[in-house]
Amino acid sequence: MSWPILIKNGHIVDPATGWDSVGSILLEDGKVAWRDKAAQAPASNYEELDATGLVVCPGFIDLHCHLREPGYEDQETIYTGTRAAARGGFTTVCCMPNTDPPLDSPAPVALVKDIISRDSIIRVLPIGCITRSRQGKTIVEMDRLAAAGVIGFSDDGAPVSDNYLMYQAMRYAEEVGLPIIEHSEDLAIGSGGQINEGIISARLGLAGLPQVAEEVAIARNLLLARATGARLHLAHISTAGSVELVRRAKEIGVNVSAEVTPHHLTLTEEWVLGYNTMAKVKPPLRTWNDIEALLQGLEDGVIDAIATDHAPHTATEKQCEFAQAAFGISGLETALGSLMSLVHKQKLSLLLMVDKLTRGPAAVIGDKYPGLGTLAPGAPADVTILDPEREWVVSAASFCSKGKNTPLEGEHFKGVVVATIYQGEEVYQDDSVQFKGRAK
Amino acid sequence: MTASRFEPADMRAMEGQLIDTRLWQHRHVLDLDDFSPEEVSTVFDTANVMQEILRRPVKKVPTLRDCTVATLFYEPSTRTRLSFETAAKRLGADTLSLVVTASSVAKGESLVDTVATLESVGVDIVVLRHSLAGASHLAASVTSRAKVINAGDGWHAHPTQALLDMYTLWRHCGKLAGIKVVIIGDIKHSRVARSNIWGLSLMGAYIVLCAPPTLLPEGLGISSLNFPSVAVESNLALALNDADVVMVLRVQWERHSQGLLPGPQEYIRHYRLDEDKLALARPNALVLHPGPVNEDVEITAKVARGPQSVISEQVTNGVAVRMALLYLLSRGVV
Repeated sequence: MSWPILIKNGHIVDPATGWDSVGSILLEDGKVAWRDKAAQAPASNYEELDATGLVVCPGFIDLHCHLREPGYEDQETIYTGTRAAARGGFTTVCCMPNTDPPLDSPAPVALVKDIISRDSIIRVLPIGCITRSRQGKTIVEMDRLAAAGVIGFSDDGAPVSDNYLMYQAMRYAEEVGLPIIEHSEDLAIGSGGQINEGIISARLGLAGLPQVAEEVAIARNLLLARATGARLHLAHISTAGSVELVRRAKEIGVNVSAEVTPHHLTLTEEWVLGYNTMAKVKPPLRTWNDIEALLQGLEDGVIDAIATDHAPHTATEKQCEFAQAAFGISGLETALGSLMSLVHKQKLSLLLMVDKLTRGPAAVIGDKYPGLGTLAPGAPADVTILDPEREWVVSAASFCSKGKNTPLEGEHFKGVVVATIYQGEEVYQDDSVQFKGRAK
Repeated sequence: MTASRFEPADMRAMEGQLIDTRLWQHRHVLDLDDFSPEEVSTVFDTANVMQEILRRPVKKVPTLRDCTVATLFYEPSTRTRLSFETAAKRLGADTLSLVVTASSVAKGESLVDTVATLESVGVDIVVLRHSLAGASHLAASVTSRAKVINAGDGWHAHPTQALLDMYTLWRHCGKLAGIKVVIIGDIKHSRVARSNIWGLSLMGAYIVLCAPPTLLPEGLGISSLNFPSVAVESNLALALNDADVVMVLRVQWERHSQGLLPGPQEYIRHYRLDEDKLALARPNALVLHPGPVNEDVEITAKVARGPQSVISEQVTNGVAVRMALLYLLSRGVV
C-alpha cells in the first residue's frame, strides 16, 4: 500500500457535492479521507502535492471507448489503451464489446477481466453485446452477462435494426436492471454514407449520411424505451434534431440518458475537406448549428455525459481512398484539450465540463459501482489534476494509445491533465508535478 | 523572363508561339476548385497552340520526349484514356497504360503502392481514373516527384472534361463571363457537373441545374464558401429560358433501381432534350454532352447530331486541352 497523498490548495471542482473552491484533500487507503479549506498534515509519512493554480476534480469517467482487445491488438490493447486513458485524466472507462470474440457470453467477459486485472492501470468496466456476435438476430443471455460484470448492453457500431428484436431486448434488459446503450443509425437511410450529408458532401462527391438517419433511429429507440420502461442510453448523439427528441422524451418521463463526444462539440464537417480520413467518424462531424444545439443540451441537462468514443485504428486503415478508410477518431488523449478550448471560449463552463465527465457518467453507470465520479469523503481515491492554463501542442507520435488517428495533429491547446490518481496511486503524471515525500 | 524551359526546337515546333507558363501554379490537376481565372486562360491559350499542331499532316512534336506519361485507370473508359494517350504521343512522350480490373484492387494491391511503383519506374505524370472520390488526392499525397492528373474520381471531379467543355464554349462564344449555362441530368452523381460548376463559376458564367430533387446534391440551398452558388430549376422549360448553353449529362439507369429516378418514361418526358425544348433556349444556343450519348434517352438523336450540337468538337478539343495540360505540368515550374 502506498503512502497517503495530500493535495494542497488546489481549485477543487466536485459537482456531485457542489464543491467549487480552493481547498485541500487527503487520500488514504485508496479512498478520499477528508476534504477541507485548510490543509492538515497527516500523522504518518505521506506524499504532498502543491496544487496551487491547478484544478482538482474526480477522476474522469468515459462511458464509451474501444480498447480492441481481444482480437484487434494491432489497433490497441488494454495495456496501451488504459495508459492513454490515464494520460487523458480518465480513471474509469467502459469498453465496448465489438472485440473478437465479442463480449456476448460470460467466457469472453471473463477473459477480458483477466486481461484487465493483469494489464490495466485504471478501472475498466465491460459492456456486453445486445445480440450474439452483434448480428442483430438473437439476444444474449443478459442475466449471465450481468452476473459476469457488464454494466450495460450495446452492439455499438451495429445498430439493432430489427424493431421487434430491440423491443424484446429492452424488456429483458429492464428485468436485469441494466441500460441498453444504442448507436442510433437507420442503416437504410444512411446506407453507404461517408460524411454528413450537406454542402461538404456535395462538394467532395461523397455519399452523405443524412441527419435524419440518426433521428429516425433515436425516435424509434425512445418510443420503445417508453413502451418497455427500460433504461436507454443514447451513444454519441450528434444532431440538433436528436437533442430535441431527447429533450421531449425526458419531459414526458422516458428513462433515457445521452452522451456526446468532444469531437462532436468542437469539429464540423469542414474538417473532412481535402479528403482527410482522420476526420472520418460515425456519427459524422456535422455543422455549427448542431454544435450549438449540443452545447445547449449539455447546459440544460438533456445530455448527461461526455464520452470519447475512443476508436483507435492502424495507419493502413486510414491511409487509403476515403470510402475505404475506417471510421473512428483516437480521442482519449485530446478530450480534455478539446473541451478546455470550449471553456476558454466561454461556450462551456469548467464546472459543467467536469460535471459531464464525472457525476453525469457515474449516474449512468448507476448502483452497480457506487461512489464514482465524486470526491466526497469515503469515495474511491480517483483524482484528476489539471493545469487549465498550460499550452501544449497535439502530437500523435507522443500518444500512449496505439491509435494515432486524430484530426487534431499539430493543434494548439490550452489546458492539460498533469496528474491522474487511481485508488490512491499515481497512474499518470507529467514532469511539472512533484509528489514530495514527507517522512515523519 | 519566362520561367519555362525552352529549347530552340520547341520554339520552331510551336510555330514561334511562346507559351507563357508564368501564371501556372499547379503541380497536379486534381480539381477546378482551386484554379485561378488566369490559369484557365493559360490552358485555353496553350490549347490553341496545340490545335494548330493537330491540324498538320505530321501531328507530332518532340517537346515532351523526356517525359513518361502513365494512364492508370481503375474504371473502364475508352474515350478519356485514348484522348490522354493520343495527347501524350502527339507531344512525343512515352506512354504506359494500366487498366486495373476491380479484382486487382480486391487482391490487395493498394492505390498507394501502385502509384509509388509507377514513380519508382520513372513515370513523370500519372493520369488516374478511379471509382472513389478523393483517389487522386491520395495519389498526389504519396508522390514526391511525379505529377497527377485526375481523369475522374468517383462522383467528385473530372477537371480535364470541364476544361475542354469550357474551351469549346470559349472558342464559340469568345467569353464565358455572363453566359447562362443549364446543366441537365444526374447532378448528384456527376463529376462532370461538379467540375463544370467550379470552372464556369470561376469564369463568371451563370449556372442553372435542372434535375429531379433526388438527383440534386444536398445543401445547395444555402450560400456557402464551400461551393459555388448555383440556381436550381427542376422544370426544364423554365430552366432553358434565355440559356446560351445546354449541357446534357448521361442517364444511368441503375439509379432507377436505387429509387432515385422516376421511371424511364417519366424522366424522358420531363428532362429529355429534344428540338422543341431546345427551341426555348436562345437561338444558336450550344448543346454539349460529355459522352457517350444515349441517343433518344437524355437527348434525341436529332439534337445530338443537329446544327447546335458541338459534341464532336468536344472530343477533338479534348486532345488539344489534354496536350496543353501535359505540357503545362511538365514544363511549369511548380
